[in-house]
Parts: sequence; C-alpha cells; structure tokens
Amino acid sequence: MDRMPRWADLVLIPVISLLLAAVISGLVILAIGHNPLEALGIMVSGSVGSTYGWGYTLYYATNFMFTGLAVAVANHARLFNIGGEGQAVIGGLGVALVALYIPWPHWSLALLGSIAASALFGAAWAAIPAILQAKRGSHIVITTIMFNFIAAALLNYLLVGPLKPTGTMETATAPFPEATHIPSFRDMFSFGETILFRGTPANLAFFLAVLLCLLVWLLIWKTRLGYEIRAFGFSEGAARYAGIGSTKIIVVTMLISGALAGMMAVNNTLGEAERLILNAVEGAGFIGIAVALMGRSHPLGVFLASILFGILYQGGGELQFALGIPREMIVVIQALVIMFTGALDNMVRMPLERLFARRRPAPAPVAPPGPTLHPPGRPAAPTNPGTAATE
Amino acid sequence: MTTRSTFLGAAAVLALSTGAALADPAVIFDLGGKFDKSFNESAFTGAERWKAETGTAYGEFELTAEPQREQAIRRFAEQGYSPIVMVGFMSATPLNEIAPDYPDTKFVIVDAVVEQPNVQSVVFNEHEGSYLVGMLAGMASESGTVGFVGGMDIPLIRKFGCGYAQGVKAANPDATVLANFTGTTPAAWNDPARGSELTLAQISQGADVVFAAAGATGVGVLQTAADEDILSIGVDSNQNYLHPGEVLTSMVKRVDNAVYDAMKAGEAVEPGVQVLGVASEGVGYALDEHNEALITPEMRAAVDDASARIASGELTVHDYMSDETCPAISF
Repeated sequence: MDRMPRWADLVLIPVISLLLAAVISGLVILAIGHNPLEALGIMVSGSVGSTYGWGYTLYYATNFMFTGLAVAVANHARLFNIGGEGQAVIGGLGVALVALYIPWPHWSLALLGSIAASALFGAAWAAIPAILQAKRGSHIVITTIMFNFIAAALLNYLLVGPLKPTGTMETATAPFPEATHIPSFRDMFSFGETILFRGTPANLAFFLAVLLCLLVWLLIWKTRLGYEIRAFGFSEGAARYAGIGSTKIIVVTMLISGALAGMMAVNNTLGEAERLILNAVEGAGFIGIAVALMGRSHPLGVFLASILFGILYQGGGELQFALGIPREMIVVIQALVIMFTGALDNMVRMPLERLFARRRPAPAPVAPPGPTLHPPGRPAAPTNPGTAATE
Repeated sequence: MTTRSTFLGAAAVLALSTGAALADPAVIFDLGGKFDKSFNESAFTGAERWKAETGTAYGEFELTAEPQREQAIRRFAEQGYSPIVMVGFMSATPLNEIAPDYPDTKFVIVDAVVEQPNVQSVVFNEHEGSYLVGMLAGMASESGTVGFVGGMDIPLIRKFGCGYAQGVKAANPDATVLANFTGTTPAAWNDPARGSELTLAQISQGADVVFAAAGATGVGVLQTAADEDILSIGVDSNQNYLHPGEVLTSMVKRVDNAVYDAMKAGEAVEPGVQVLGVASEGVGYALDEHNEALITPEMRAAVDDASARIASGELTVHDYMSDETCPAISF
C-alpha cells in the first residue's frame, strides 16, 4: 500500500534533497564571496569533466561502495553497523600481511589473496560485536564504535613498531612488492600514445565493487538467506516464529557486512597506496553510513550515492585548487548534502507524500508517517510481506 | 645524524637567493590543516611572512585525504609552481615517486628525507631541542618527577620524548620521567580535554613539570598545568606567552624559517639534506620576558653550555629514530 509511486521514492526525493543542499551550499559560497555557479561548474568539470577527474571520483566512489554495501547489508537485518571504519582498517592489515609476506608470482593471484584476506580480517573484526549482540544483547552500535577505536589503536601499534621499516618517519609498512601491483585505470585504458587517467588512483578494485553491488543484490533479494535477513529486519519476533534463528542471522549478516567493509582495503591499500598507511581509511566507514541511507540500502542506490560522494570529494578538492575555498567550507558543503539526503529525509518525503495522496483517489491512507522507528534508509514494513520479496 | 653535513640554513639560503625566482612557490599543508596552532601553522606563518615581504602570492593546498598528496604535488608541478614546499613526513613516499617526473621543478619537504636531485629535504634535530628543555625541566623540578605528554604515538613524537628524558636525566640522574600519549588516531593532535586529563594524572603521580609535544592538545596541558600551579613546556612555536610565569619554556622548532627560507630561495633552492639542529638554531628553547623569572642564571648557564657542546659535536643526544630505542625511557 505505497503512499507514492516507487519512482518518486527512488528518484524524486533524492533529487529534491540534492537541489535543496545545492541551494544552501550556493548561499554559503556566496557568503564567503565566490560565485556559486562558477563553483558548481568547477566541481562538476573537475570531477567528471575529464578522465583525470573521473580517475579520482571513481577511486573515492569505490571506497564508499564497499563501506556503503557493508552498512546496507546490516541495515536489512536492522543492525546498524557503525564499525565499517574499523573493519576496513583491519581489512587493510590483512592485505598488508599477505602482500608483504607471501611471494606472489603474479598480481592476479595477489589480488585474489588480498580479497580473501581483507574479507576474512574485516569479517573477523565484525564477528566479535556480532556474537556479543546475538548472545549477550550488547548493542551493536556501541560495540562497533568501540571496535573502531580498538582497530585504530592496534594499527597504530603495528605501524609504529613491528610493521614499520626501521629508520623511516612514516607510519606505514614497506611498499608492497612489484608483483602485487594491480592495474590502475591508466594501465587498463591507455592505448599507445593516448594516456588516460594519468596519475589517478582509480584501479581494478572499482570493478570488484561493482561486482559486489550485483552480488549483494542477488543475496538480499534472490536467496533464501537474503529473505531471512530481511524477514529478521522487518520483525525479529515474526522471523523467530517462522523458524529463523536470530543468532545465526545476526552473526552471518555482520560477517558479510564486515567482509564487505574489509574489502575496501583492496582499493585503498593494494590498489592505491601500495603499502599500508596509518590513515588509509579516512572516514570512509562513516561516509558509508550516509551512502547507505541515501541509497535506501539498495545496491543500485549505494552505487549511485557512492558516485555522488566521489564527485563531492574530488570536486571539493578542485574547488580548493581553483578558488582557494578553505577545506572547512568544503566539509560544510559535503555535510549539507549528507544532512539533506540522509538526516532530513522526512522533510522532503512528508510533503511529497501528502501531495501524492491528494492527487490519487487513494483508499483511506494508513497511519500517518510520523516518527518512525525504522532507519530512514529503509522502507517501512509493508503491510503485505508477500510482495516484499519481489523487486 | 651529527656526521651528516649541517648547513647553516639561513646563511646558505641567503647566499643562494640571488638567482631570480621566475615561478611562484606553492605550499602544501598536511592533514592537520594550516590553523593547527602547531606544526602546519608554523609553516603557514613562514609562508605569510614571505608573502608580506615580497607581495607575491603563493599557491597553497590543505590536504584532506591521502591520495591528494600525489594529486596536489602533480597539480602544482604542472601549473609551473616552483619550489613546491610540503610539510609532513607522510609526503615522502609520494614525492620520491613524483619528483623524477618533473626534473625542472624544485621540491622542498620538511620533516623527511627524499633523495632526489631536485628535492631539498629539511629535517630538524628535535631530540636536541627536547634535550635542552628536558635539562631545564630536570633542574626546575622540586619533586624529581617530570611528565611528557605526546600527541599521537608516532616515531617523531617518541623522538621528542626520548631527547627530553635524556635531558632530564642529565640534569638530575635520579629523576623520574612519566610519558603518556594522547591517542592513536589523528584526533590526538586536537584533544585538549584529554591532554588536561593526562596532565592531572601525571600531577597525581608527583610530576611538577610537564612537556607537551601534542599539537593543539598541548593547549589543554598548558592550561591544566597553570591551573594546578605546576610548570609546563610548550612546543614548536614559542608558547611562553599563553600563561606568563607558568610556562617554563618552549621547545621551538623553526618550521616557519625553513618554509620562509625555501620560498625566499625560490628556484635556486639547494637540493640535498638540511639538518636544522641546535647549531643552526633550527631548534632550541625559548627565553623571553614571560619566563625569564623562572630560568635561574645557573639553569641558563647549564643549558647554554649543553647547547654549545651539542653544537660543537662534543655532546651527542641519542636520536630515537636512529635505532628506535631510547636509553633514558621506555615507551
């Protein structure tokens, strides 16, 4: 019993939210003495106007896809995984260990090894909060946040001590051997004299992220496990009554979520830095929350939202290069987008719902939307679960 | 470290600055941002001083993400900026890869060594300056216990702490040095509340002088020390004025001079390694009207003597970075 057409939910609301964010950002830019249209032009052309821009935009977007998918999968079981940051940090550790200590003959094998190691490490890091939630009821939000700090401390210890080559100032491991370097976009898309994506960090991991978007979609909507995850998310009690074990669902969902976040290291550590650096994740775990909210926890939404955030990141950098807009203002612009698309979702949704309700001779509307308990990124529990399984 | 040739920074650079600077310089600030009240801000001060004197604009970029290191260096190089000055040791590896691509551009990196023919590396002997303030702390302490509050636990800050502990032990072999780090994430550079807590904890263990090498976190350390009537020691910039009469001294690290000198030299900046230590006044202890009452003539004589002996090479302060161990303290 949708209150408005699906296209409005998936397209209209994000677009209106974005426009609102753009208008407010424009006012902010105007207030600090720059032309908002010029700034918008620089952001767009700097991020998607050349292969150089795309090379950075897609690199950032790849990071956000991994962490966004991680949050999205957990969201479907109504588990709020804030630990993507820590899981990605530990995933990086997994990549570093296999890349440094296993003599890979070829990058393709190193890539497979790194994917396995990062997923394993990320999943392991998510496993403890998951078991604590499932067995002891320790709230997953609290434990995953705490595990972010533990991950940061662990990595700091390793990069100041055991894993750091002696004599260097940098808090980083030694560079990975040549044989582990996976192809960058430049290697893949430059032919002969034409060099595309010059000096940019986008790499093969982008395609891994796209593949994972597809796999997550299959998992959530086409498999039995996905059905169980969603059923658990809609109603834990009903799921249990239907014979779905809550311990299993919580643990398995979090393992998948942690593995997805951990695999981000394939992009930033194996693909870009080619060594493990202390600050590798840089808040991408938290951006993943915004990406999942904005993408309505749907892989396609996550993909599009990641690209948008990639544009914001790269375009923001270009603004600083071109206009000298201080980076704090760029954070303000990014925050406005997050606020309007994530946190203020209902501000756009409720008037629109009313509008659509008025236009349609709808059967008596069900309870008003009001404050809801479910995260805004997920549709409310449909009254007819039978239709929920179809996309 | 002492065997490495030491340039007299300012003098050498002045001599070189006769070459006409054709291109504008650019400065890349590290992730802390140019208003971090510490390392990056010191670089910003140097750049602004150059701008005020020459009336010429300079390119600048504040990093917000790791991949931007390479991006910013390449962008400035392709736009024809030279020299491109970057502060922060984490830029060393990217610069080492990029510098050969732009042989006609000069690069300057502060706090790290990059061995390329078009790169000048400026490093500081922080352990020497920390040794001097450590001696002052050892002499000023009545309880025989002094504290060290580091920012993020990284090798560079251990280098500060190690030099400090050696200085304390040199002044008072029986002294106890307490060392704490604020945290393990970059947030540790900007957490005055935690700095304050650590200071209180060290006071409860008997510390009556505390050295803060912690960026903006140090503001909390100095404030708490002043509130609790113990002495504190500032870092990087001269922070004596923050609490006159309660800040024993500051370990000054002249990042501003390094940046200013590089920009002044322009494209004639000399490639190679510049080690700025006590001898070249790149590091030292601050003495001004705010703390002259705290530094007795005996203390001053002892420190100046040590300073002269370090400068002449007679006294060697152990550098934590040389073997990642410290004879005076264990972290």
